[in-house]
Amino acid sequence: MAEKIDINKLPKKALRDTYGEVLVELGKIDPEMVVLDADLSESTRTHKFHVAYPDRFFNAGIAEQNLIGIAAGLAYTGRTVYASSFAIFIAGRPWEIIRQQIAYNKLNVKLVASHGGVSVGQDGASHQMNEDVSLMRTLPNMNVIVPADSVEMEKVLKKVHWIKEPFYIRMGREKFPVILPENYEFELGKGYVLKEGKDVSVIACGVMVSMALQAAYELEDEGIDVEVINMSSIKPIDKDLIIQTAKKTGAVVTSEEHSIIGGLGSAVAEVLAENYPTILVRHGVEDRFGISGPAWEVMEELGLSVSGLKKKIKEALTKKVR
Amino acid sequence: MRDIQELKEIARELRIDIITMVYNAQSGHPGGSLSAIDILTVLYFGGFLRYDPKNPWWENRDRFILSKGHASPALYSVLAKAGYIPKEELSTYRKIKGFAPDGYSRLQGHPAWQGNKHGVPGAEASTGSLGQGLSVAIGQALSGRLANKDYKVYVMLGDGEVQEGMTWEAAMFAGHHKLDNLIAILDNNNLQIDGDVRQIVNIHPLKEKYEAFGWHVIEIDGHDYQQIIDAFTQANQIKGKPIMIVAHTVKGKGVSFMENNFKWHGVAPSKEEYEIAIQELTSGGV
Repeated sequence: MAEKIDINKLPKKALRDTYGEVLVELGKIDPEMVVLDADLSESTRTHKFHVAYPDRFFNAGIAEQNLIGIAAGLAYTGRTVYASSFAIFIAGRPWEIIRQQIAYNKLNVKLVASHGGVSVGQDGASHQMNEDVSLMRTLPNMNVIVPADSVEMEKVLKKVHWIKEPFYIRMGREKFPVILPENYEFELGKGYVLKEGKDVSVIACGVMVSMALQAAYELEDEGIDVEVINMSSIKPIDKDLIIQTAKKTGAVVTSEEHSIIGGLGSAVAEVLAENYPTILVRHGVEDRFGISGPAWEVMEELGLSVSGLKKKIKEALTKKVR
Repeated sequence: MRDIQELKEIARELRIDIITMVYNAQSGHPGGSLSAIDILTVLYFGGFLRYDPKNPWWENRDRFILSKGHASPALYSVLAKAGYIPKEELSTYRKIKGFAPDGYSRLQGHPAWQGNKHGVPGAEASTGSLGQGLSVAIGQALSGRLANKDYKVYVMLGDGEVQEGMTWEAAMFAGHHKLDNLIAILDNNNLQIDGDVRQIVNIHPLKEKYEAFGWHVIEIDGHDYQQIIDAFTQANQIKGKPIMIVAHTVKGKGVSFMENNFKWHGVAPSKEEYEIAIQELTSGGV
């Protein structure tokens, strides 16, 4: 069993800070790479690339449809293109252009979204994107990654940079606890077992992975043995691992900072329903819009907390016993 | 370089191909293909577009993007004439089977990029969902400028198409970046599916709008060969601004009963209509 930790005492880092740093590193080794933003480059951290390589950075202004069209045009000529904005603006507003240009033609464009989910906080429901994974996952050719922490963010970028396909990579605004070891290796289409357990499985992505670990450690004291899986690769998804953990524990909880409709919960439900029907509880944003407030208070209010997740784990165990 | 009479003969042949493709498929868009074909003929066969049909991925080629992708019969007839695809492939337009590696057609209802698994050689972007081609052309023009390549990017928009807000985001961006390797053509045939563009949502005046966005605008009769030639010649000399050629055209040009009738936007001719159309195109003066 892994060493028991308290996630509140771990170092924290925003994934977007890592994004900005890694872009600069990649820009040095890949002269064909270009980066685009839509007037949010300070927030998404693409401004670091802008400072380092001003010729290879383009700001579309507040015009996300044109942003995606230009990204496609650059990729048609063989360049590796990064395009960033808040999740609501890059996955929502220009979705149809992403479909027609980037997904349909399998273009080498990495859509890297910051400010995903309700932890956007005080900007409120208008800016809290809880539907992006759903929108992106349904597109043919599109890969969808939701990294758990800054370590994984770096590993993901350095791996997928060289895969000439479309990617949607989703980050939150806030600093997330760093839970993965430096020697962690990201593999596309593979989940990662962070803690083994036999009573119930939690399959999580993004910041909910750290909360799942914390919930698991706390439930140990109540005699509940939770398996925790980081499923950052939502498309392609690790079908084998999902079936394997379901067979082992007989009850699955999915956990994500996203609507329970269409995201990780739905992806896992699809795999289980078709291959190994298992008790399943989806933990995430219910079918509703968010509210304004400090990030972690909004998360708590909507149940996206360690205590909220523990309730869902117990619900799954109750269903399993019945 | 071919003279105007030769170019007109080519356009006559391409018009017959367009009508035949739409008739064979019993589906497609003849009106906007016929309004565009004279301009495309001059661009591809009048010595303006730099291309090599044997090497469709040649890095220094000029690009042409048909943003008004429903005029795909015009593009496909040109690509066959230019030698990108065999002429017999035109019969696979809008059909299931065709010449793609997996056995499906490469002549989709709306063009697919040549790198797409169902794309056609010579198509520089997937288009048809209106409003996107200008932004894509900008991306390609920026890429060329960044790599110090001297290729030009041509893009053709429809007049109804510029009702899409995205085209104005793109117009603003191209003007801001002074993209003089970008040459847009607006096929102003005055009609969209539901009727007269001026009555549905008026887009005019165009010249003043694009000039206000920082473009060099040239207005021509899109069926007058000398004017088309002069416009492309001038467009290639302009420095420091993107170029917009507003071409006034006739929807359905060349087939009497299709001309200026919005009902022929996306309808295939019957057998009788097809025969009349071919008769007119074969016997008519050019």
